Amino acid sequence: MSDERHDVAGAEDDAHVSHYLCIGCPLGCRLEVEEEDGEIVEVRGQSCKKGEAFARQEHTDPRRVVTTTVAIEGSLWPRLPVKTEGDVPKDSVIDVCNLLHELRLEAPVTMGQVIAADVLGTGVDVVASRDLPRR
Amino acid sequence: MITPKPAQLQPRYDVVVVGGGPAGLAAAVGARESGAERVLVIDREPEAGGILQQCIHPGFGLHHFGEELTGPEYAQRAIEQTLERDVDVLSSAYVLDVASDRRLKVTSRDHGVAFLDAGAVVLAMGARERTRGAIRIPGERPAGVMTAGFAQKLVNLGGMLPGRRAVILGSGDIGLIMARRLVLEGVEVEGVYELMPHANGLNRNLVQCLHDYDIPLHLSTTVVHIDGRERVEKVTVAPVDEAYRPNMAKARDIACDTLLVSIGLIPDNELAHRLGLRLDPVTTGPVVTSTMETTRDGVFACGNVVHIHDLVDYVSQESELAGRGAGAYATGTPTPPDNVRLTPGENVRYCVPPTITTDREHTVYMRVTKPMAPCTLHLGDVYKRPLRYVFPGEMVTLKVRPRFLEGFHGGSLPVSIVPREEGGSA
Repeated sequence: MSDERHDVAGAEDDAHVSHYLCIGCPLGCRLEVEEEDGEIVEVRGQSCKKGEAFARQEHTDPRRVVTTTVAIEGSLWPRLPVKTEGDVPKDSVIDVCNLLHELRLEAPVTMGQVIAADVLGTGVDVVASRDLPRR
Repeated sequence: MITPKPAQLQPRYDVVVVGGGPAGLAAAVGARESGAERVLVIDREPEAGGILQQCIHPGFGLHHFGEELTGPEYAQRAIEQTLERDVDVLSSAYVLDVASDRRLKVTSRDHGVAFLDAGAVVLAMGARERTRGAIRIPGERPAGVMTAGFAQKLVNLGGMLPGRRAVILGSGDIGLIMARRLVLEGVEVEGVYELMPHANGLNRNLVQCLHDYDIPLHLSTTVVHIDGRERVEKVTVAPVDEAYRPNMAKARDIACDTLLVSIGLIPDNELAHRLGLRLDPVTTGPVVTSTMETTRDGVFACGNVVHIHDLVDYVSQESELAGRGAGAYATGTPTPPDNVRLTPGENVRYCVPPTITTDREHTVYMRVTKPMAPCTLHLGDVYKRPLRYVFPGEMVTLKVRPRFLEGFHGGSLPVSIVPREEGGSA
């Protein structure tokens, strides 16, 4: 009943080895990152270069693109889809969403328009994912 | 300007496209490119773009636009490409019927009921989600049971939450993406339950939608009962055996007010039935030729109407081809008939199109029945290609070039995908 892949991801079986599920392709390689004194000494389990790069990135600085919606008035829909223009630290995703959910916009908005600049000091802007003209 | 202006209706169009999602928009572009003058897209929503408008996450467009886009960004580009070519878009409209002489009965907010004649018709209505009824979950019929895609529309377009504590049945990508979406909107997601012993969604979605938020995925487990009078109060889940029979001795109850089902898509083929088109029993979509023409002259089909795609990029490519075929038909440009049949062999469920010609290049889409890695794709004896892996959830594409078929004079070619020894030659 349990999902092996779910159990392995992000888990540490001892102080030195961390496990990740590779997202590069459907093979879903189970990656292991071995660390000693804060340095990665070995990455195992990958079947291509993408896997190793992903494991190193996930282990040292996991980042995500955030997409959500922001309240907007005067347009066809009451929500505007938005995205971070680059990835932000994984730990900040919920905070970014909570900040965006406080905003109230007014149509019109155009695709690419900055909705929140340098969100939470990440250096990344949040932009509109579409035009929403005034009704 | 994203929302297309309401069209002035003409009594006759060269090409009428039914559906304004990515398939219909690309078909309209293809029709214009192949010489059709007057092209109309009819869409039931208040704006074109289809399901992409509610798919606010990234992951679209890498093949078609060469960069990663969110659904609304992909939709806006597709709409702009269509409007640039002077295509009319009639929104908030339904096609009620298509007669065999390609006269369409259309009802719309702006024009009431109208009859239009079309030189060619493209069916691009997309797919529908399978519902609770499709898998006959026992129990009561309270509010709070809905498809994942409908919940996505509520949340992302309507600004409404489906509930406060949700259970998700089905680990397809829509279900996984909605699990994350609900968490980010403050809804508690108790878990995702999957009948099969493996997850159906992409690994990327398992990691970024479930693992990131500590949402458990329970494999080989299904929902066996729904309780609640007005609103869902609880669901019962139970593990299943190899034959998918639930073990009720191990059943447990979960308090929740919402059950999302993400259990697959089926081509929307009411119009295909009305037209009496021949349907493929495997894809359940219309049988098409290599120009995407159905078994009725001048009626073409593309996108999820024909077979369920996993990438919108392929929908756009296939649909532009259908539009080109429709434009050519409407302007009286002859196309050579198909002369080679592709027959699904080992580990190939179906090929679209199922027939091709030897005179030009064709892109053939296929799905496998089981995972295999590494493997080799064989096109009869004329061509083979090594593949690192195949998975049922990921469509395999094959470009069949005329040179593969030089010297081939048979009528059919088996297509198969067979295991390959690691390190061995293809």
